[in-house]
Amino acid sequence: MHAPVSAKAVVSLSNVHKSFGALKVLDGVSFDVGPGEVTAIIGQSGSGKSTALRCINALETIQEGSIHVCGHAVHDPALDRRALRRDVGIVFQSYNLFPHLTVEQNIMLAPTCVKSMSKAEARELAREVLARVGLEAKAEQYPEQLSGGQQQRVAIARSLAMKPKLMLFDEVTSALDPQLTGEVLKVMESLAAGGMTMILVTHEMAFARRVASTVIYMHQGKVWESGPGSMLDRPQTEELRGFVGSGL
Amino acid sequence: MTYEFDFSVLLPFWREFATGVWLTLQLSALATVLGFVLGTLCAIGRADGSPAVKWAVATYVEVIRNTPLLVQIFLVYFGIATLGVHVSANMAAVIALVVNVGAYTCEIVRAGLESVHKAQLEAADCLGLSRVQTYWHVVLRPAVERVYPALTSQYVLLMLASSITSQISAEELTAVANRIQSDTFRSFETYIVVGVLYLLLSFVVRAAFWGFGMVVFVRRRKLGTAL
Amino acid sequence: MPGFSFTHLEFLAWAALWTVGLSVIAFVGGGLLGFVVALARVSASRSLRIAAIVYIQLVQGTPLLILLFLIYFGVAIAGFDAVPAIIAAGAGLTVYSSGFLAEIWRGCIQSVPKTQWEAAECLALTRWQRMTRVVLPQALRLATAPTVGFLVQIVKNTSLASVVGFIELSQAGKLINNSIFEPFTIFIVVAVFYFALCFPLSTWSRSLERKLNVSRR
Repeated sequence: MHAPVSAKAVVSLSNVHKSFGALKVLDGVSFDVGPGEVTAIIGQSGSGKSTALRCINALETIQEGSIHVCGHAVHDPALDRRALRRDVGIVFQSYNLFPHLTVEQNIMLAPTCVKSMSKAEARELAREVLARVGLEAKAEQYPEQLSGGQQQRVAIARSLAMKPKLMLFDEVTSALDPQLTGEVLKVMESLAAGGMTMILVTHEMAFARRVASTVIYMHQGKVWESGPGSMLDRPQTEELRGFVGSGL
Repeated sequence: MTYEFDFSVLLPFWREFATGVWLTLQLSALATVLGFVLGTLCAIGRADGSPAVKWAVATYVEVIRNTPLLVQIFLVYFGIATLGVHVSANMAAVIALVVNVGAYTCEIVRAGLESVHKAQLEAADCLGLSRVQTYWHVVLRPAVERVYPALTSQYVLLMLASSITSQISAEELTAVANRIQSDTFRSFETYIVVGVLYLLLSFVVRAAFWGFGMVVFVRRRKLGTAL
Repeated sequence: MPGFSFTHLEFLAWAALWTVGLSVIAFVGGGLLGFVVALARVSASRSLRIAAIVYIQLVQGTPLLILLFLIYFGVAIAGFDAVPAIIAAGAGLTVYSSGFLAEIWRGCIQSVPKTQWEAAECLALTRWQRMTRVVLPQALRLATAPTVGFLVQIVKNTSLASVVGFIELSQAGKLINNSIFEPFTIFIVVAVFYFALCFPLSTWSRSLERKLNVSRR
C-alpha cells in the first residue's frame, strides 16, 4: 500500500510497530516523505497519527521496524538524539513556549545553546524568523501577552530558527478558536510554498486537501489509505468515507 | 520597686553592636547562598537522580527537618573536633547553617520543580537543549520564581536562627550582646536593643530579597503577574 | 574515663519528658494566645487588626533566643527575684508559638470562601455566630495539617530553653558531654530522641495534608 523506499526520502518509515503495554498503537506503519513534500496525516483520535509523528522525532521508542529521518537511524538505540533535533523541528498543540522568556528570548535560546551562536547573531535570526510569521512587533513581549494564534506562530518561528530540514506539526490548530486557526494555517502554507518538508497531523481537512502533496489516512494503527489530496474526494475505503463524511 | 531603664550605658558600645549586625549579615548571606546551592542540587537529585541518590536526599531532608538546629550545631562543632580536625566556631556555624537550610531549601525548590510542566521539558528536548541546559534555562528559573516567597521567608528565618550559633560562641550579633550585657549588667536593655536590631535586619533581608527578585525576575517586574 | 552508659541514657529519657512537657505548655499557651491574636487579626476593628499585625511582626521578626532572654530578664526586673526556669521557658515559647500560630490560623480563616460569610450574613447570624458556627469549623479542617507541622517546630525549639536554665534534652546532652566528653555519641543519641518525637508528627502532618488535598479535588 506504500511507495517503495526512495533513496532521497527525508523521512522513511518501514513496518513500524509500537505498543503502550497491551495497546497496539502502530501496527506496521510504512511511508516515505520526499524533500519538499507536505504530508498530512489524518484519522480519528486513537488512530495512532500523533504517535507516528512523535516516533519520527524519537519522543517515543518503537518496538519493531525502522525509521530513517534526514540520514539518522531513529530506531537505533545508539541514536544521537541531539543531532536528530538539529535537523527536525516540531510544533505542539499546546505551543509550549517558555513563559519566563520573551518571544525573542524563546527563539534565541536554542541557537545560542545548541549552535553556540552569538547573542547578536541570534537576535538577528529571531527578527528574521519572526518576520516570516508576521510577528516582528512582538519580539519584546511575553507569551502570556499574546493570543493563542500568535503564541503558536512564535512556536513555529522558534523551530524555524534552528533551520530544520523537516518540520513536524502535531495538531497545531486544535487548541485554537476558528478565527485564530486561519492565521496559523497561513504561516504553514507559506512555509510549504517555500519548499519546506513538512509532516502535519491535523483535523483541518480543507487545508490538507489544498496544501498536502500526500494525505495519509490512519486507522487502527495502520496506514489505511494514502494518496494525493484529491483522494479525499473519492475515498476508496468505507472507513475513510465515514471519516470524511463526519466532517471531522 | 520600679526598674529604671538606662539605655545610655549602652551608647559606648554602638561599635560592637554595629559589628554584630555586620557579622550576622555576613554569616546569613554566606549560609543563604551556599544553602541555596546545596538545596537546589538536592532537589534536582531528588527529582531526577538514581534511586540511591533519591533515598540519600530524602533521608538527609528528614533527619535535618526533625532535629533541632542547636543539636546540629553541637554535632558539627564538637563532633568534628573529636575527629581530630580543628574547626573554628565560625566555620562550624556556617557548616551547620548551610546543612540545615539546605534541607528546607530542597523541599521548597522541589515543589517548584514539580510545578514545571512536562511539556516544557519536551519542548526544550526537541529544540536540542542538553539536560543541563534544560535545567538551567527552562526549569530552574520558573521553578525558583514560583517558590521565591517561600524561599524569602525561609532565609529570614535562617537569619534569625543564626543567633543560635552564639551557643558555640560564633561571632555574631547575639554573641556580641551576651558579652555586652555581662560587661554592663544591663541585660534587659541590651536584649531590647538587639531585638530591635534583629527586627530591622529581618526587614532589610526581606527588602534585599524583594530587590533581588525584581532584578532577576524580569517578566514579573514588567507584567506584575505570577507565573 | 567512663563512657556513655545506661545511666546517661536514663537521664536523657528523663530530660526528653521535660522536652515533651515544655512542648505541651508552649502549644497550649501559644494556641490560646495565638487564637485570640488570629481573631484580632481578622476582626472588624481596624485598631485590633493593626495591633495583631504588629504583634505578629514583632514575634516573627525577633529570634526566639532573644525573646527568651527578654522574658527571663524582664521578669527579673519586674520584681520577681528567682524566676523558675519552667515559667521563663514556658512564657517565651508561648509568645513565640502564638505569633506563628496566629498567622497560620489567620491564613486558614481567610481561605474560607467569602461566599460562606455572605451566606451566613444573609441568614441574619451575628458576626460572632458567623465566626463560630460557619467559618471556624471550616477553617479548622484546613488548619489541622499546618498546626501539626508547627508542633514539630515547637518541639525542636524547646532546645533553646536551656539558655534560661531549663534542663531538657539538649541541655542534658550538654551536661553529660561536660562530664564524659563524647560529643558524637551523645548528640547523636539526643538527635535520635528528637527525631523519634518529631518524625511521627511530620508524617502525620503530611498525611493530613494529602487527605485534605484529595478531598478538595
